[in-house]
This record gives sequence, structure tokens and C-alpha cells, in this order.
Amino acid sequence: MPKAKPAASVREIDAKAITDTVARLAQEANFDLEKDVHAALERGLKSEESPVGKEIFNQLLENEGIARAERMPICQDTGLAVVFVDIGQDAHVAGGALDEAINEGVRRGYTEGYLRKSVLGDPLKRVNTKDNTPAVIHIRIVPGNKLALWVVPKGGGSENMSKIAMLKPADGVEGVKKFVVESVRVASANPCPPIVVGVGIGGSFEQCAMNAKRALLREIGSRHPDPYYADLEAELSKKVNDLGVGPMGLGGRITALAVHIEAAPCHIASLPVAVNINCHAARHKTAVL
Amino acid sequence: MAEYSMKTPLKPEDVDKLRAGDKVNLNGFIYTARDAAHKKLVELLKEEKPLPLPLDGEIIYYVGPSPTPPGKPIGSAGPTTSGRMDPYAPLLIERGLRGMIGKGERAVGVVEAMQKFGAVYFAATGGAAALLSKRIVKAEIIAYPELGAEAINRLTVENFPVIVAQDRYGGNIYKEGQKQYAR
Repeated sequence: MPKAKPAASVREIDAKAITDTVARLAQEANFDLEKDVHAALERGLKSEESPVGKEIFNQLLENEGIARAERMPICQDTGLAVVFVDIGQDAHVAGGALDEAINEGVRRGYTEGYLRKSVLGDPLKRVNTKDNTPAVIHIRIVPGNKLALWVVPKGGGSENMSKIAMLKPADGVEGVKKFVVESVRVASANPCPPIVVGVGIGGSFEQCAMNAKRALLREIGSRHPDPYYADLEAELSKKVNDLGVGPMGLGGRITALAVHIEAAPCHIASLPVAVNINCHAARHKTAVL
Repeated sequence: MAEYSMKTPLKPEDVDKLRAGDKVNLNGFIYTARDAAHKKLVELLKEEKPLPLPLDGEIIYYVGPSPTPPGKPIGSAGPTTSGRMDPYAPLLIERGLRGMIGKGERAVGVVEAMQKFGAVYFAATGGAAALLSKRIVKAEIIAYPELGAEAINRLTVENFPVIVAQDRYGGNIYKEGQKQYAR
């Protein structure tokens, strides 16, 4: 008889370590802009032709330096705390509930870091929870015994300009392009360009929106692994930049720092497309436990 | 495009000379207010009750700063989207407000009030909030402390950098700038 494969060893991860990590990442994300975004701003400054646009790029780079040096938020809107978790199927969270561990991290990070509390407990009754909880938590179970965390503070101005459409399959790739470009045109100055455009194509309604959000996690400047989508991203980048919206919508060459696409299999009757816009303060920090 | 240094409160002639695209460094007092405070101010005006801030010639900055850390006058303080204040702004302009600072284009009703009563709309750089907070030397809460980040503050600013986004003559750098760079 063949021998059964030994079970992978289950690893314990302390809930307190998760709280500590989230508290640290929430602050770092808001104080210390990641290298990929910094490099994109530097490239933007070189390519921008509008004098006002250049001035804005210079202000954003100076702002980033002040925020890092003085541990001040890059933007006063320190966002909803969106937290992505990839948890290994052989990892076990010990000493508390995972979601409470994350929320406690958000509570601590936002309080200790003097970050703005922008969360209302109810969308219609509109009373502030005063500690920026609850976080928006997205969990995936993956192979392995580790736990990876991404803390992605998301501001209201850019989130408000996001859109989803259930296109007809006959609309095809041209319909998708039209929808993406039109969404950026209508958003204009409001999402604080130069923006990052996350595009979900295909999947179900909710999966498409989720993919648009996940597309924002990809490193700016990275190429899509599928050459078809890499080309489509390049074409969409050119098209949205040709709108002339420019930094802060005041006119210029650079409207988007990047367009990222996540595609997913979909129903024969469907062609969903979602656009999730991020501002130039594309804050994200990650850690693996 | 001209560059000016101006002191608040603004005089009618200050507003008259500004054109969309001009750069202005502001000095003096400016007042913070966003959604919740605007709602309260307009309710007071409609009930003909006194306001907690002066309006004549003054500038309102649409901002909800991050909490003030120890040893600093204010937290990070960049502009929020102005469009949400569009329903309230015309009445404030009619009652003497001469300037607004925010981000994003204003509605027709606001533009009409700016033209009729002589007011200007400035854009500050959204997300340059740490940099802008360095130009704020003092912040005092003057009304609605219960609103937290939305309380009305009187800020003392030094060389606070803004761009004239929409002037009192209908000039609009969003429209003109975007048209210039579209291809």
C-alpha cells in the first residue's frame, strides 16, 4: 500500500503579531510612499509638459519627503483601511479571531499615528466610529503555512469616482476601452490625478469589482504577464493620458501613472468591466508572517 | 499667468485682477469648513442667526485635517473635493465670502454666484497635505468642536500656495487646461 503523504505541519500565528503588524503597516503606508509610486512620480515629472503640471509633480515629491521625514500623513484622508489577507491553509491563528486582530491593529495604528478616522458605523445614520474600524478585510486561503498582509488605505475622493458596468459581449474590447476612458474623463480632477487605474474585466459582478481593486495592488511599472493584456494596458494608458486631464485636472500630459488590468473567466452572456481609481498617493504596505 | 502674494481678507479688487491659472500665495486667516459645517452655516443663515465666523472678504478652505500630533500646529491638511459644497456655496458667496480653496470643478450655480458677487475659487494640490500643513502656522477651533475633523478652524497661513482654478469672469483652468493638452 502506498504510504500516505505526511500532513504538512500546521503553524501557529499569534493574533497579537497580526495586530502589531497591521498597526505598523497602517502607519507606514500613510507616512512612507512606496518606491514604485515614487519612481512613477519622478517619471511623471520628466514627461509632463504643462508648467502647472510640473509644479504639482514637484509639490507631490516634496510632500512625500516631508511626510516620510516627519511621520506625517501624505494625505489628510488616511482612508478606509482596506486589508488583504492571504492565509496558508496550514496556518492557524492562535489567541484570538483574525478579523478582531486586524481591527485592533487598525484601531491602534490610526490612533497612535494621529491618522484621520474617516469611518462611519452606518452609511445612512452616519455616526463616526472614532477609531477607523471596521477595516474592509478580504481573505483568501492559499497553499502553505504563512500569512501575508497588505494594508491599503483608500481615500474617499478616488473611491467615489469608481464605476462598474455590465457590458454586452457584443461591445467587446472596444466597449471596455470606451468605458475605462470615459470613467477617467468624468472623474477629471476629483480623484486627485495623476491616478492609478485598476480595471477588472470579466468574472461575476462582485468578482469584477474585486479584481479592479486587486489590480491596484500590482507594482506600478510592472507588465501584465499576458502580452495581450500588457498591450491593452499600454493602449489604455495612452488613451487616458491623451484626455489631457493632467495633474489635479488642471491640464497636462500625465493623467494616469498606470493602468492595471485583472481579467477573469466569465459567463457566455456577460462582459462586466469595473474601474477602481486610486489617487497619486497610492498607499500600500505588505508583510508576511 | 501671473503670480501674486495676497493677504486675507481679500478686497474686491484682489478678486477682480485674478485670472484662471494665476498662482497665489495666501497670507493671514483662512477658515476651514466641509460638508457638516456648511450644512450648519447655511441653516443659520436661513434662520437669520449670526455665524461663528466672519464672511466678508474671507476665504473658506475645504479641508478635514488629520489629528494634530504633539508639537505641531495641525496635522496633514490638503483639500477635499469641492463639489460636495456646491449646494451651500452660492448663499455664502452672496453673504460676502470672497474665496474658496478645494479641488475639482465647481457647479454652474457656484460660478454664477462668483460672477455676480465677485468671488474666486482656488485649487490647492490634493494629496500634498504634509507640504500644505507646513504653511499653516496656527490652528484654532472656533466652532463645532464636536464635528472633529469637520470642525471650523481659523488657520493662520504663510505663503499658502494655491492656483486660481475658476475666476469671477467664467475663466476655468480645468476646461482650458484640459483642452490645451487633449489630443
